[in-house]
Amino acid sequence: MKTPVKIRVNGTLRESEVEPRLLLVQFLREVCGLTGTHIGCETGVCGACTILVDGQAVKSCTMLAVQADGSEVTTVEGLSRNGKLHPVQEGFWECHGLQCGYCTPGMIMTAVHFLERNASPSRDEIRHALYGNLCRCTGYSHIIDAVEHAAKKGKT
Amino acid sequence: MIPAMFDYVRPATLEEALGHLAKYGEDAKVLAGGHSLIPAMKLRLSQPKVVVDIGRIGDLRFIEERDGKIAIGAMTTHYDIESSDLLKRSCPLLPEVADKIGDIQVRNKGTIGGSCVHADPAGDWPAAMLALDAEFEITGPRGSRPVAAKDFFVDMLTSAVEPGEILKLIRLPLTAKTVGYAKFTQKASGFAIAGVAAVVDKARKSVTIGVTGVAAKAYRAAGVESALSGSELSTANIGTASQKAADGVDPLSDIHASAEFRAHLACVQTRRALELAVSRLP
Repeated sequence: MKTPVKIRVNGTLRESEVEPRLLLVQFLREVCGLTGTHIGCETGVCGACTILVDGQAVKSCTMLAVQADGSEVTTVEGLSRNGKLHPVQEGFWECHGLQCGYCTPGMIMTAVHFLERNASPSRDEIRHALYGNLCRCTGYSHIIDAVEHAAKKGKT
Repeated sequence: MIPAMFDYVRPATLEEALGHLAKYGEDAKVLAGGHSLIPAMKLRLSQPKVVVDIGRIGDLRFIEERDGKIAIGAMTTHYDIESSDLLKRSCPLLPEVADKIGDIQVRNKGTIGGSCVHADPAGDWPAAMLALDAEFEITGPRGSRPVAAKDFFVDMLTSAVEPGEILKLIRLPLTAKTVGYAKFTQKASGFAIAGVAAVVDKARKSVTIGVTGVAAKAYRAAGVESALSGSELSTANIGTASQKAADGVDPLSDIHASAEFRAHLACVQTRRALELAVSRLP
């Protein structure tokens, strides 16, 4: 039995009839065609699929699309403004916060959410915040640099 | 990994939710934050025919002080608890435990009620619920019933909540700052291999200890509690008493830790949790 959903994704209202078992990450990638959100472990561990639902970072592989009905979703595609990168994206660019890039959208979305809660974090707080995002290239120290860069940028 | 097919209902009220559960019986499963149920459904370990999503029932998400107790709605997220000023003042063990659950994303969506009802042997909350003597209010077709924490965690993945029932809220005592949670973590998932919650009363006369991750269900470390009852909470006494943290339990054994190692970790984390609680004595 399909269920109607209305989800505002990066400011655009998306209406669809979906199977209740459709995961939110599949809705974004397959229904909306937004493939910036990556599927990594599919078990809720790696964080590659992190997006914002009503401003909160969540793992979209561990949420059903029907649970997001009526919500505002932000994916990595929705961060830049008028062609200008979000400070966190810019931080990853400036500090070489990625190697293969697979984990990057999830890392960025978690960092965006975290900096909204804590605008002046210590490096330890950044590490704690990114606990749920795994990088198999193990570029962690540059990722922390990138988030730190974004935090400083946000203050100026 | 995609769950098997199911029908989805999203009731607006608790009464409506109970109606769905009465109608569908054991075919139905309650969806709270989804961070235990959805992974289980993706692995097809759970294949409910109907999912009853209680995520939009607003009056299940609150943290309040009522009649000298803390009351927490079942749909309150781990982050709600982690960031609650009321709890930091009046029941500080809860924010301390919440901060150590999973990761930011999990804490944003996962709920205290969902986690407790799921009764994962490696979940963090059961240790705190036992140490604080929490009381669970379960509601069902015949009204509400209170269940003490010691009777709530029945066995591995089994709580006292029966099919047709929903956990409504949890009542907890107000406590001093003299609490501590120490955990040896499974690094990838954040689950507890051994997690110990300690509550020391202000008069320094008694301690309560809840242990999770070690056995098939969380337990109170009665041997440690009685060894410290009435005695001075010195480093030496805590060290000796903590050796009893796995007495009489049958520790789990898996790829992360053998039974022997888990029993050892229970003792170490008990000592650390107690030392942390005692360090906060005024």
